[in-house]
Amino acid sequence: MADGMTITIDDRTISAQPGQTVLEAAQAAGIYIPRLCHREGLTPGGACRVCVVLVNGRPQSACTLPVTPGMVVENDSPRMHEHRKRIIEMLFVEGNHFCMFCEKSGNCELQALAYRFGIAAPRYPYQFPRRSVDASHPDIFIDHNRCVLCARCIRASRDLDGKNVFQFVGRGVHKRVGVNARARLVDTDADVSDAAVEACPVGAILKKRVGYAVPVGMRLYDHAPIGADIEAEAKA
Amino acid sequence: MADNKRKIIREICQSCGDDPTRLMDIVRAVQMRLRCVDDEAMDLIAKAVNTHRVEVAGVVSFYAFLADQPLGDIVIRLCDDVIDEMAGSKYVAEALRSELGIDFGQTTPDGRFTLAWTPCIGMCDQAPAALVNDVPVTELNSDTARRMIHELREHMRPELLVTRVGDGNNAHPLVQSMVKNNLRHAGPVVFSPVNRGEAIRKALAMTPVEVIRAVKTARLRGCGGAGFPTGMKWEFTRAAAGERKFIIANADEGEPGTFKDRVILTERSDRLFAGMTIAGYAIGASEGILYLRAEYAYLRRYLEEVLAARRAENLLGRAICGRPGFNFDIRIQMGAGAYICGEETALINSCEGRRGEPRNRPPFPAQHGYLGGPTAVNNVETLCCVTKVLEVGPGTFSELGTGVSGSAGTKCLSISGDCRAPGIYEVPYGTTLRSVLDMAGGSEAAAVQVGGPSGKMIAPAEYDRRICFDDLATGGSVMVFSRRRDLLHVVSRFLDFFIEESCGYCTPCRVGNVLLKERVDRIRHRRGNTTDLDYLRELADTVKLTSRCGLGQTSPNPVLATLEKFPHAYTVLMPPNGNGALAPFDLEAATGDARAVVHRERQHSTAVEENRNG
Repeated sequence: MADGMTITIDDRTISAQPGQTVLEAAQAAGIYIPRLCHREGLTPGGACRVCVVLVNGRPQSACTLPVTPGMVVENDSPRMHEHRKRIIEMLFVEGNHFCMFCEKSGNCELQALAYRFGIAAPRYPYQFPRRSVDASHPDIFIDHNRCVLCARCIRASRDLDGKNVFQFVGRGVHKRVGVNARARLVDTDADVSDAAVEACPVGAILKKRVGYAVPVGMRLYDHAPIGADIEAEAKA
Repeated sequence: MADNKRKIIREICQSCGDDPTRLMDIVRAVQMRLRCVDDEAMDLIAKAVNTHRVEVAGVVSFYAFLADQPLGDIVIRLCDDVIDEMAGSKYVAEALRSELGIDFGQTTPDGRFTLAWTPCIGMCDQAPAALVNDVPVTELNSDTARRMIHELREHMRPELLVTRVGDGNNAHPLVQSMVKNNLRHAGPVVFSPVNRGEAIRKALAMTPVEVIRAVKTARLRGCGGAGFPTGMKWEFTRAAAGERKFIIANADEGEPGTFKDRVILTERSDRLFAGMTIAGYAIGASEGILYLRAEYAYLRRYLEEVLAARRAENLLGRAICGRPGFNFDIRIQMGAGAYICGEETALINSCEGRRGEPRNRPPFPAQHGYLGGPTAVNNVETLCCVTKVLEVGPGTFSELGTGVSGSAGTKCLSISGDCRAPGIYEVPYGTTLRSVLDMAGGSEAAAVQVGGPSGKMIAPAEYDRRICFDDLATGGSVMVFSRRRDLLHVVSRFLDFFIEESCGYCTPCRVGNVLLKERVDRIRHRRGNTTDLDYLRELADTVKLTSRCGLGQTSPNPVLATLEKFPHAYTVLMPPNGNGALAPFDLEAATGDARAVVHRERQHSTAVEENRNG
């Protein structure tokens, strides 16, 4: 630990390595900073804002901010909890998320975050946007109703698959994930084995013909909340 | 036809070196020639510059002035900001609709005209205004709007609409615009006369480090609103590792109510270009970019000529002023209609031919900016001040303000709205808002929005506050509202603007502004209750704290400011029994979709209303 440093997260002093982000350093120390658009192996995006922490009093996305010696991070405080809850609720009302018949239910990171934060129903009015689906591809299904615009598919396709199948089009409320063709996924070189397909945190990009293969009760977040694996590291 | 299209696109891409980082220039040129960048054009461009098609689609769909469906030969973009509305833009809109027989967002069946709303085009001092293709048409009313359409139908040439040119360089052969400067008060810095070459020669007599020290000694801070010390920014950029460094002048002023850059570019572009050159010398850059907002395209040919003249005088180019090794030149990068590109990292993305989304920081542009090189992005006004610092020396410059600490020099204010003399006022830092209002004939104001929608709404009790970095820091927009104005309507319109201009990258800004607007409008329509006030405060708090860039970090300001300073504007709209009670159920809205399906027109709800009223 020649190059190590210490930082403080919610009154806990932890060690960190140069080049780590706040989120990575916290995770290595068994502290879970909630996140949605972040995924290991992808360039951090800082888009969903669920991981925003206060660093020396200033809001920063933990997934993009490199650690510096002595930084003081506020993560799991009542006020940050409340901000995150509101952001998660915003994501729920922005799209059309019907967990009860979504194939991703139980494996969905958005749903799992809602459970972790105790969100029974969002306080904000549902926007009920009209969004499209793309079932053109023989093996992959895209349902924009469930998309949270996290850009994980975009980054995975670009950085891991080397394909650039996806990119954002439009802006603001009209922003959506576009495909590298005039309209349909089938006209791209997307493949069901692409990292981009795995990268989707919600039910927006799904594989065909394997729906509901894992029964309810045996899914990723059925027994322990999202982040519990990271926190278990600390106790072990 | 298809071959012709292929040829046109081929030529355009070639003229840009088939360089994907020049995508903005390419798609703008294609749009101009073919009236849109359609599916086929996107395919062809992507192939020519060797990028992915979806990258081209991403760019075309990001910028408001680009379209994937054909626009009319003439596109009329009527400014929709609140100042234009106060000046009667809705009557102009009505006249345009009825003359053309189309609504906004539509194109006439003959393909000749497209009608569109656009956010602030920087003409609030001569509102209502519109852009007819690139030609600004100002001080419209319903009669002139009708006449304009009649004339256009005859000749289809927007430039012929200009029958009387404005003052100063608006009359220049390469501008020929009806725009007026409305320069009401020229101060001793930005609008002082320029002696071409003087400041650069003085800078070249110093070392680059000495130039930076002079800018620091002058206590010059960024004039775009954030107020970052200019010398420090340059020092970081100079110190950063990188062969190619860049200086970018941010002329993407899009904050509603701001139009100072328009007048600076018209009358003092030499001062700006000198400032850029001095910055290039100081940080070690040989390339400069002027990022010019699409709304000011009418100034482009003139600005190109000024640049050419400076090259001819050896104030740009190689071995400037005979100094071997000091090479510096400036190119103009056009925007395409996106307020967010005023944010420096979004602006850099746009210069690189990408979607104008802000970047994550760190790294900061000073380390990793345009094309990965260390880049200093400065406001137009700031760079003009640099020239003055070199002309008179830092000591004299720092004494030009009224002596308030931390704010040296002057500030160009763009004043519009309910005042007798809207226009540009260059005042010393430290001037009170009250004296600004007195100058502009707006002392009767019931509220003043300082710094545009993202700035501060000021109540009369605060009119003795000062324009300076430590009190009323502002990019320069000052919107005056009289007692007749409905402040919640203003707030709602400001939120419309932010919703329209949010890039959508981060959740709180993309969604939060829509939710803020929904609740403000609910209250405006008398369906709110007192719990909505806390709802708004909490939502605004989260949007401000968690948004990724300055847009979302400031967009809730109008809501928070009115809640704090004009609470009556909200409470007066609450139903009398609203304390803690749920908002009255809106039966009509709730059943609207269903009634539309069965073609039943309001029968039930009308009956209910009659019941209630009777």
